[in-house]
Amino acid sequence: MRLTFRSAATGFVLAALTFGAAQVSYAAESPNPQADLKAFQKYFTDKFPKVKLEDFVNGPYSMDEGLYKQWKEKEEFPPYEFALDAGKELFNKPFKNGKSFADCFPNKGIGIRQNYPYFDEKQGKVVTLELAVNQCLESNGEKPFSYTKDDMASVTAYMAFTSRGKPFDIKIPNDPRAIEAYENGKRYFYTRRGQLNFSCATCHVQSPGDHIRAEVLAPALGILNAMPIYRSEWGGMGTTSRRFTSCNSQVRAVPLKPQDDEYRDLEYYLSYVSNGLPISGPGARP
Amino acid sequence: MSNRMMRLATLSALSVLLAAGATSAYAASTEADYKAAYAAAEAANNEAGKLRNQWTTAVSALKNAKKAAEAGDFDKAVAESKQSEMLSKAAIFQTNEQKDAWKEMEIK
Repeated sequence: MRLTFRSAATGFVLAALTFGAAQVSYAAESPNPQADLKAFQKYFTDKFPKVKLEDFVNGPYSMDEGLYKQWKEKEEFPPYEFALDAGKELFNKPFKNGKSFADCFPNKGIGIRQNYPYFDEKQGKVVTLELAVNQCLESNGEKPFSYTKDDMASVTAYMAFTSRGKPFDIKIPNDPRAIEAYENGKRYFYTRRGQLNFSCATCHVQSPGDHIRAEVLAPALGILNAMPIYRSEWGGMGTTSRRFTSCNSQVRAVPLKPQDDEYRDLEYYLSYVSNGLPISGPGARP
Repeated sequence: MSNRMMRLATLSALSVLLAAGATSAYAASTEADYKAAYAAAEAANNEAGKLRNQWTTAVSALKNAKKAAEAGDFDKAVAESKQSEMLSKAAIFQTNEQKDAWKEMEIK
C-alpha cells in the first residue's frame, strides 16, 4: 500500500493533482470480500500489535493510554445517556396506527444492530439501520426523522445498546448487485476528494493514532461499531450519516445527501470489514 | 534640448503610454465580463456536481461572485468566478484521476 500523508496534507494544489496523474495500469481483479476482510483486519492488528482486536471499536481511546483512562471515567456518566433514555421512549411509543418500531424489525428490534446494514434483494439496495427506521415510520404513516441527529440518533442509540457485545455479522448475498454495492463502498472509502485531496483512508487507515490538531484519529477498523456517538465537538449526538457528511465537509468536499447510495454502500463495506468485532454503540468521542 | 533630455522625454512619454495601455488592459470589469465568467464557473461547478465531487470552496466562490455582482463590484465578481471555475476544474481533474488511482491506497 502506498500511502503518503504528505501528498494528502499538501491541501489543494492543482499542480500536485497533475503530478498525481501518473499513468498507472491496473489489472482488473474479481471482488473477494472475504480476502479484503482478512487483509483489512491484519493491517490494523499488525500496525497496533498491543491493541486487542475487540478494542478497535473504541476508536481513538484504543490508540492512546491517556485518552483510554479519560474514557473509562467518562463512561461512568456517559454523555449519551439522555439520548438512550429518549430513544427507549421513542422506540416503545406506539404510532398513530397502534403499531410501533417493534413491528418493523426482526426480534422486535432488540439485539439486531449487528446485522445492519444488509443488502435487501427486493429493494435491490443496501438498507442501513437509519434507512430501516425511516422506512418503518413512513410505512406506518409517520413523518421520517432527520438522518443526522436528534430522534434518529436516539432511536438507533437504544437499538445499538440492546445489541452491545454482539459481533458485526454483515452478509453479502450471492447477488451481483450486492457485490457491486460492496465494491462501490470500497471505492468510495479509498477515493480522494475535496480540496484537501483526502480519502476516508487517508485519516483512518494511514494515520489512526496520529493527531489532527488536538484530535486523535480513529482506526477504520471498528469505526462504525460505536455508532451513533455523542461527540464533544458536536455538543450532541450524531448518526453514521452525520459522521460521513461532516467528514466530507472537513476535506472541503460538498457532502452528499444522507443515505445517498454512496454513503449506504460505504457503510456496507466498512461494516463488513469489521465483521466479528462487537457492537459498542452508542459511543462517546472527543 | 540635449540628447539626454530627449531620451528622458521619450522615456517619460513611453511610460505614460505604457501606463495608459496597462490601465486599459486592466480596465474595470463590466457586467458582461461577470456574466461570461460566472456562466463558465457555473458550468464547471455543475459538471463537478454530476461527478459527485463538488468542492465547498468552489461553491463558496460562486456565491461570493454573485454577491459581489449584486453590490456592483464586477472586478471582484469576475475574480471570484474565475477562482470558482479553476477550483471546479481541479475537482473534475481529481475525480477523473481517482477513477483508477484509488486502488493505490487499498489494503491488500
